Amino acid sequence: MTATTTAPLAAPETRTPVRRPSARLRAWATRAPLLPALIFMIVVTQLPFVATLVISFFDWNSLYPDARHFTGLDNYHEVLTDADLRQSVWTTVLLTVAVVLASLVLGLLLALLLDRRFRGRGIVRTLLIAPFLVVPVAAALLWKHVLYNPEYGLFNGLLHYVGGPQPDWISNTPLLAVEASLVWQWTPFMMLILLAGLQSRDHQQIEAARVDGASDWQIFVHLTLPHLRRYLELGALLGSIYIVQNFDAVFTITSGGLGTANLPYTVYQSFYQAHENGLASAAGVLVVIGSIVIATFALRVVSSLFREEMSGA
Amino acid sequence: MSTTALRVSRVRGRGAGLGLLAWLLGIAFFLPIAWMALTSFHSEQDAATNPPSFAAALTLDGYREFFGAGGGASPWPALINSTVASVASTLLVLLLAFPAAYALSINRVRKWTDVLFFFLSTKMLPAVAALLPIYLFAKNAGMLDNIWLLVILYTSMNLPIAVWMMQSFLAEIPVAVIEAARVDGARLPTILARIVAPISLPGIAATALICFIFSWNELLFARVLTGVVAETAPVFLTGFITSQGLFLAKVCAASLVISLPVLAAGFAAQDKLVQGLSLGAVK
Repeated sequence: MTATTTAPLAAPETRTPVRRPSARLRAWATRAPLLPALIFMIVVTQLPFVATLVISFFDWNSLYPDARHFTGLDNYHEVLTDADLRQSVWTTVLLTVAVVLASLVLGLLLALLLDRRFRGRGIVRTLLIAPFLVVPVAAALLWKHVLYNPEYGLFNGLLHYVGGPQPDWISNTPLLAVEASLVWQWTPFMMLILLAGLQSRDHQQIEAARVDGASDWQIFVHLTLPHLRRYLELGALLGSIYIVQNFDAVFTITSGGLGTANLPYTVYQSFYQAHENGLASAAGVLVVIGSIVIATFALRVVSSLFREEMSGA
Repeated sequence: MSTTALRVSRVRGRGAGLGLLAWLLGIAFFLPIAWMALTSFHSEQDAATNPPSFAAALTLDGYREFFGAGGGASPWPALINSTVASVASTLLVLLLAFPAAYALSINRVRKWTDVLFFFLSTKMLPAVAALLPIYLFAKNAGMLDNIWLLVILYTSMNLPIAVWMMQSFLAEIPVAVIEAARVDGARLPTILARIVAPISLPGIAATALICFIFSWNELLFARVLTGVVAETAPVFLTGFITSQGLFLAKVCAASLVISLPVLAAGFAAQDKLVQGLSLGAVK
C-alpha cells in the first residue's frame, strides 16, 4: 500500500483505454457477476411454478397417465369444495396464527428480560437459542416420543410427582401438541429479532424520558413498543412464511391425522399417496396465492427497514 | 436509610428477581434438550420409566444401537449424504452469491434494489407448490434418488438468503477505500483479495454456516425425491416416527447426533444468526 501512494495521478491516465468501451458494454460488465445467480434462481424456482400452474388445469392421476386431460378450473372447484381440503386451509390458518402469536409474546418477554444486564446473560441467551438449533424432525421426535408419550413421557412423569392426571397429549389435543412443539422452536427466533430491535433503541431518548419522570411502563408503552412495532411485524411475517410451510412437525408428530393436516401436508399427501397431480397442483397454487398475500406485506416491512438502514448508513 | 437509597435497593432487588426469572425461563426452554441428552445415555429400560429415572446408570448403548450395533440400518450413508448435500450446496451458493452481492453492493447495477427484492420474493413462495413439477422432472430425467438434485434445490433455497446477507456485509465496506485502491491502480482481483475478502470474511463464514443449517435440516424435498441411495439424515430420522417397542434412548441418541452439526454451526454463527434469518433486514 505504501508504494502505490506515490503515483496516484499517473495510474488512471495510463489505464485510460484508447477506444472507450460503449456504455452498453460497461453496463453488461457490471451486470455480468449478477447473471449466474439470477438465471439459476429463475430456472430453478420460477419455472416449476409455471409448471404447477399448467398442471393445475389438468385432470391427471399419475396412476392413469393416459386419462390425462384438460379440465379448466375443475381442480380448483374440487379443492375449494372438498371438505378435507377446506379443513386443511383452516388448520393452516389456526396453526400459523397460534404459533406466531404465542412465540411472539414469549419472545418479547424473553427479549425484554435479556435486554437487562444480569449475571450469566450470555449463558441464558445460549440456552434459549438452543431449541431453534435442533433439527426440526429431531425436535418433533423429541416432543412426540420423549415428552408427550402418555406412559413414559417426561410431561406425565413430572405430573406423576405432583399426583396429576396422565393425559394422552397427542390424542386429546393434537393440534395444540403440534403448536406447542413449534412455539418451543420458534420463540428463540422471535426473541433474537426483538432483542436486536430493543438494542437499536435510542438510549439517550429513554434517559431523557426517565429524567423527565416517566415510569418504566410509560417508557415501554410510548417509546419501546412504537420502536419495536416494525420488528414485531417482521417477526410475525417471517414467522408466518416459515410456519405456513411447516411440514416436518405435522408429518412427524401426528402424520397429518386427528385434524392436523395443514396445506403443505395435504399437497404432499395428494400427490405422494393419492397420485392426484392435478389436484395437488391446484392446492399448491392456492398455497402460493395465500403466501403472496403474506409476502406482499412482508416485503413492504422488509423494504421499509431496509430503506431506513440505507438512509442511516 | 434515605429514600433514594431505599429506592435503589428496591430497584436492584427487582433487577435480581428479573435476572432469576430469565434464568428459570432459559432453563425451562433448554430442559427438553437436557432431558434428551440424559435419556440418550440411559439404557432402554431406564429411559422408559414413569416416574422418570433421573439418576439411572449411564451407558453408550443408545449410541451403539443408533450406529447399527443391534443390526439396524447404519446411519452412515444418510449422514454422508447430508454432508455432501449441505457442503456442496453451500459452496455453490457462495460461488453464485458472492459475485451477485458484489454487483448489488460495490459496483451496483441499475435497479439493484429491485433485483434484491426479486431474490427475497422467491424465498416467500412455498416450496411445496414447486414439489410436483420438480418430482416429475426428476423422474423423467432419471434424477430421482440422486443427491446432486438436492444440491441444486438446496442451492436455490439458500441463494436468496446468501445474496441478502452478503450484500449487507459488502455494503459496509467504505466506498472511499475501494475508490482509493482503484485510483492507486489496483485491479479487480487485487481489490477483491486485499480489501473485500478480509473485511467480509466473517460475514461470508456466517452466511455459509446458516446455509449449511438450512440444507442439513431440510425434510420435504429429501423425503419426496430420495429413496434408499440418497437418503439424508432427516429422512433417516423419519424412520423413528412410529414407536418400535423400547427405543427412546436410541431416538434420543439419533436426534442428538444428527442435530450436533446444526448446534455447532448455529452457536458459531450466533451473532449473525438474526441477520441471516431475517434475510439481512435486522442487524
